[in-house]
Amino acid sequence: MNGKVTLENMSVHFGNNHAVKNVSMDFAAHSVTAIIGPSGCGKSTLLRSLNRMHDLVPSAKVSGTILVDGKNLYDRSIDPVAIRRKIGMVFQKPNPFPAMSIYDNVVAGYKLNSRMNRAVADEIVETCLKRVALWDEVKDRLKSSAMDLSGGQQQRLCIARTIAVQPEVILMDEPCSALDPIATLKIEELIEELKERFTIIIVTHNMQQAARVSDSTAFMYMGELVENGATKKIFTTPEKKQTEDYITGRFG
Amino acid sequence: MLQQSSLTMKNVAIAGEEIESQKSRGSNADRIFRIVTASFAGAVLVILLIMVYEMVMQSVPSITKFHWDFLTKSSWDAVQGEFGALPFLYGSVVSSALAILVATPLSVGTALFITEIAPKSVGNITASLIELLAAIPSVIYGLWGVLVMAPWLQKTVQPWLVDHFGSTPFFSGAPYGVSMMAGVLILAIMIVPIITSISREVLLAVPQSQREAAIALGATKWEMIRMAVLPYGRSGVFGGVILGLGRAIGETMAVTMVIGNTPQISLSLLAPAYTMPSVIANEFAEATSNLHSSALMEVGLLLLIVTLIINVFARLLIWKVTKGAKGGGV
Repeated sequence: MNGKVTLENMSVHFGNNHAVKNVSMDFAAHSVTAIIGPSGCGKSTLLRSLNRMHDLVPSAKVSGTILVDGKNLYDRSIDPVAIRRKIGMVFQKPNPFPAMSIYDNVVAGYKLNSRMNRAVADEIVETCLKRVALWDEVKDRLKSSAMDLSGGQQQRLCIARTIAVQPEVILMDEPCSALDPIATLKIEELIEELKERFTIIIVTHNMQQAARVSDSTAFMYMGELVENGATKKIFTTPEKKQTEDYITGRFG
Repeated sequence: MLQQSSLTMKNVAIAGEEIESQKSRGSNADRIFRIVTASFAGAVLVILLIMVYEMVMQSVPSITKFHWDFLTKSSWDAVQGEFGALPFLYGSVVSSALAILVATPLSVGTALFITEIAPKSVGNITASLIELLAAIPSVIYGLWGVLVMAPWLQKTVQPWLVDHFGSTPFFSGAPYGVSMMAGVLILAIMIVPIITSISREVLLAVPQSQREAAIALGATKWEMIRMAVLPYGRSGVFGGVILGLGRAIGETMAVTMVIGNTPQISLSLLAPAYTMPSVIANEFAEATSNLHSSALMEVGLLLLIVTLIINVFARLLIWKVTKGAKGGGV
């Protein structure tokens, strides 16, 4: 076990509902890991436990061990706020802050961490927007509302906002499910580039997307991890019958 | 085959006729419905116009006698027949504005506690208790104000203020208890429920995805509120504040009981004051002279105009605030 993020017998309960069951797996650094599976299989729940988003839900309980760089994520000494700065997240629906300009959206996280320095902020905005390939489209209207952007642009803005905090890991929860095919393609190209700097874990129920963007794939079903391994292997020679059935479209 | 199709045609034709007759019956009903509802809506407008017309007509003796002096003079003397309404205008505007200043942070804080901090059960209980406050008749607030709060202000709060800040114009003079301060506080207490419950609803309407966006960036709870929750709900919260202001400026009973009812303009919060609704309520029964009742009518007209101005101003502000942000509103 020497991944960036390591799960050992990890479970998530919501009250009596055992949503993620005893999952053990590794997420390698500087690679893209896709988690696939039918709706309700616990893939988003698993993802959200990796940056302690479940802390917001009183009934949620995470047990087992999640190690990030060898440190237990749920240890008492760990500050969840600090963890979330290290492990960023992009959500299913683009959620820029509507009251903020494009510029302010990008630096929203930076402003939390440090005293606002205009020159530094300008530079962060430019680099991050360039990295998500949005710069050319918005450089003349950085002060206008983020809501003036299209859905795909908003999602790229949200990714820029996430990388502006300089996290090490980026969690993506079906980041293209609200986007059209062209916007989806752009995000996928972006993921490919981002993995040089970040460790990316992406939840998707689009199997083609998993096959296109990921290095390794984990298949979950009914809260359990059925199989995980190199994406190529999962999609060509899966070991488990369930995986094969899902990938060939026989259910889910 | 041919027979069958002509049969079908016939059926279609019959069905068509039925629809036709239903349509005429339906449009008849619609027309009646339209006339009835339109006359109801019109009646409201007519009543309003009659009221304004009557107020203006009855104010005419006072308006022709005093002109602008009515708004700029401070003497209100029924015996001498001198009527200047400035102290009431001042009392109403200042007491309501200060009440808003006191009540807004309190209400928004409470709403944030209910929606963001407290566990659901505690939040719900707090919310319903606060809404209960809105149901208390204003005369009870007034009675509590004059029997409990005013003596407490006179014996405890105001002497302390005089000792420490007596040199400033805002806290100079003798502590009477019944005062501008008492009026402000009672108004603030009375408008907290309305601002709180509107703010609460607005904050509940902030999408969870906005909170998650902030949390995922590494925001603390307070930072999340400042960054995602309040900006999203600001126009709605502002709407609640304006409704509170509207209530404060028209509130009569409780304020009349605690504000001291002295037509004077004093910067000191310890001094008694007077408001427009209070003077109308206090004097309409003893207004024997034509001029006196006309002056009271003009005060009423003034109150109406002030309320209108506040509403227009508020709408403009809301429009300005919401223009940039496409967040939630009411």
